[in-house]
Amino acid sequence: MKKLSVRRRHPLAALVVLLLALAATGGLYATLAPADEAQAEASAQSLAIEEGKKLYDVGCSSCHGSGGQGSSDGPSLTGVGAAAVDFQVGTGRMPLQQPGPQAEEKPVVYTQAEIDQLAAYVASLGPGPSVPNESAYDPSAGDAARGGELFRTNCSQCHNFTGQGGALTHGKEAPALDNVDPRYIYEAMVTGPASMPSFPNSTLPEEEKQDIIAWLHAVNTADSPSPGGLGLGGFGPVSEGLFAWTFGMGALIAVAVWIGARTAKARKS
Amino acid sequence: MSTATKDPKTRGKAPAGEKIADWADGRVGLYSLAKANMRKIFPDHWSFLLGEICLYSFIILILTGVYLTMFFVPSMAEVEYHGSYVPMQGVMMTEAYASTLDISFDVRGGLLVRQIHHWAALIFVVGIMFHMMRVFFTGSFRKPREINWLFGWTLFILAVFTGLTGYSLPDDLLSGTGIRFMEGAILSMPVVGTYIQMFLFGGEFPGHDIIPRFFVIHVLLLPGIMLGLVAAHLILIIYHKHTHFAGPGRTNDNVVGMPFLPIYMAKAGGFFFLVFGVIAAIAATATINPVWVLGPYRPDQVSTNAQPDWYLGFSEGLVRMMPGWEWVIPGGYTLNFGLMIPLAVFPGVLVLIGLYPFFESWLTRDNREHHIAQRPRNAPTRTGLGVAWLVAYGVALVAGGNDVWAVNFNLSINAITWVCRIGFFVFPVVAFVITRRICLGLQRRDREKVLHGRETGVIKRLPHGEFVEVHEPLPREALYTLTAHDQDRPAELGPETDENGVRRKVSPLERLRVKISRGYFGEQAQIPKPTSEEYREITSGHGHH
Repeated sequence: MKKLSVRRRHPLAALVVLLLALAATGGLYATLAPADEAQAEASAQSLAIEEGKKLYDVGCSSCHGSGGQGSSDGPSLTGVGAAAVDFQVGTGRMPLQQPGPQAEEKPVVYTQAEIDQLAAYVASLGPGPSVPNESAYDPSAGDAARGGELFRTNCSQCHNFTGQGGALTHGKEAPALDNVDPRYIYEAMVTGPASMPSFPNSTLPEEEKQDIIAWLHAVNTADSPSPGGLGLGGFGPVSEGLFAWTFGMGALIAVAVWIGARTAKARKS
Repeated sequence: MSTATKDPKTRGKAPAGEKIADWADGRVGLYSLAKANMRKIFPDHWSFLLGEICLYSFIILILTGVYLTMFFVPSMAEVEYHGSYVPMQGVMMTEAYASTLDISFDVRGGLLVRQIHHWAALIFVVGIMFHMMRVFFTGSFRKPREINWLFGWTLFILAVFTGLTGYSLPDDLLSGTGIRFMEGAILSMPVVGTYIQMFLFGGEFPGHDIIPRFFVIHVLLLPGIMLGLVAAHLILIIYHKHTHFAGPGRTNDNVVGMPFLPIYMAKAGGFFFLVFGVIAAIAATATINPVWVLGPYRPDQVSTNAQPDWYLGFSEGLVRMMPGWEWVIPGGYTLNFGLMIPLAVFPGVLVLIGLYPFFESWLTRDNREHHIAQRPRNAPTRTGLGVAWLVAYGVALVAGGNDVWAVNFNLSINAITWVCRIGFFVFPVVAFVITRRICLGLQRRDREKVLHGRETGVIKRLPHGEFVEVHEPLPREALYTLTAHDQDRPAELGPETDENGVRRKVSPLERLRVKISRGYFGEQAQIPKPTSEEYREITSGHGHH
């Protein structure tokens, strides 16, 4: 203590206290203030955007333009949002294999991490729908009955009663929805890929989207119950009629041939 | 037993069966009835059992239909569903739809019976078509069976409409779309369309009347008429006796086969259970019309893959093929050709089918009775026409399911529609030409076989080095079978002038008849069957190759 008491009147003492105080404030600020964290995340984000841009330049820019502005071969990506990228690339529709009526589903070529980077880059081009949280598309939280009504009002005219898919003009189609990851169903509703109209939250609120996903989960997944037996594709009377003509009538004619060949006379000889 | 016949006093001790038979004979004349019919002969051929498939599925339809009637509520009053199918709970629906869901999930055996009923309905109409094809292609509609052809034809039409009304009853989204389609079809009729629509629906679509009305038509009116017609159809079969194919001992004046009792009774009984078994097995394993996922009908909702059951796929296809032409004529009346023309073609085709036997008897002026079923190859033009019609029918069926084919085979729906539009006119012509040529080829083959025998595949080398294939003459039975049929001669117009040298008057209708008859039976339309002279000349010894 003697040392301290001797030096506390030192002309530089005030300066030392000031430095200590500044260091403490700065240290506290550095540890407690959120600004720094944001900066760190921003740098991670900018890293993702940067990586995404690299992937984009290689895989997408030939059609969508070097800055996502679009070209004669592909639409502009400004404002389509991360959800559109996650849907199109995550289901294998993009990158396109060849021009045609509609992007076909193919094996996915990017990892989920790469897809997220691409999504980050495209999202940076303009504000758009982002990838939904898992809670938004959890089928168990939706009301299937209500979802069924919404589905029949908004979706079944193209996708069929239970989402078995349907034909559109000139080779385009509304794809089958069996066993599609609920996340992609949700993203499709938000972004409206290909010929599909988009259903933003202002027209179809989040919980109604969840109801629709719950309906599809109840009637069109590998583990949905099928009380009547084989589903015959769920296409309705066309496949039923085909079945009746082939298997039904085929079996009955086989039986008729058998009975017809079995006469009393034939047994005697 | 021997004492019973000796002593008339012991008649009272006759066995119980005889007593019952005696009792019945005294009241309904059982003995003469049984005597006349128990030994009725039915010939054996698998294609003669196609009609039985129809009869048995009709019986199955009545049995299962009665069960379903006990639980179905034919009402369009709205209720909220609280049954055991979770994905529909809380949805507003008509009582008709709710009771169909209850039949499917809450009535014991209800779903199985519903599926048996619906599958049996599809198979019933398929069976009728196969049966009609058999009768058509073997010429079994010729005198004396024209009336029975008309009975069967009426049954076919009634079966289609019974199917339509039954399909509409559950009031699900699919069947409601079907009723809406039907309403559009009615409205497209000029002048009377709107009146009939208002009369049938009791007001604007959908109203509250259509389901109860269809219910009465489906469970009472149409099946009642059909039951009567089925009885008449069967009585006429017994009266005419069954046709059979020609063969040794099988002539136009007899029927060779097995007696109704006991043989055919056992066969038919067994066949009934086999038909029931096949239909029940299908119904137990394959879903039909899963109304529970279709949702209740609401006029503001619709789904893709909305088609009628297959037997109306023909009309659906005609409508899908037809361009949507529409005229508004002065006075503000709309003529919807897109619906009007296809829906005029549909009954038009049916009428042609119904009248065909009368057309052919007019053409041949043939007043003989025919009890021998023809082989299709021996009537090439008729067979060609039949196949042409089937191809047109098939094209319309494909057009009716154009969206399903497009999705499953990755095709463009527009391309399918255009192929069907052109194919509906072109393919039947091609099919007619090809079928007739195949028939003529088969006739040539028969002629060849009769005159030169069967090719044995044995190659013989003659002493001078020539190689020949050994032909083995056919057995006499086969020769008879191949040559038993008559060949119609083309009609002749007769001399231009009568015996006085005056120009004869020939009606244009007669000229037409002669023209068509030449097309049917002329040189290019059939191969002359071998005569016995030809046969004798060729087989008389000196080496045929």
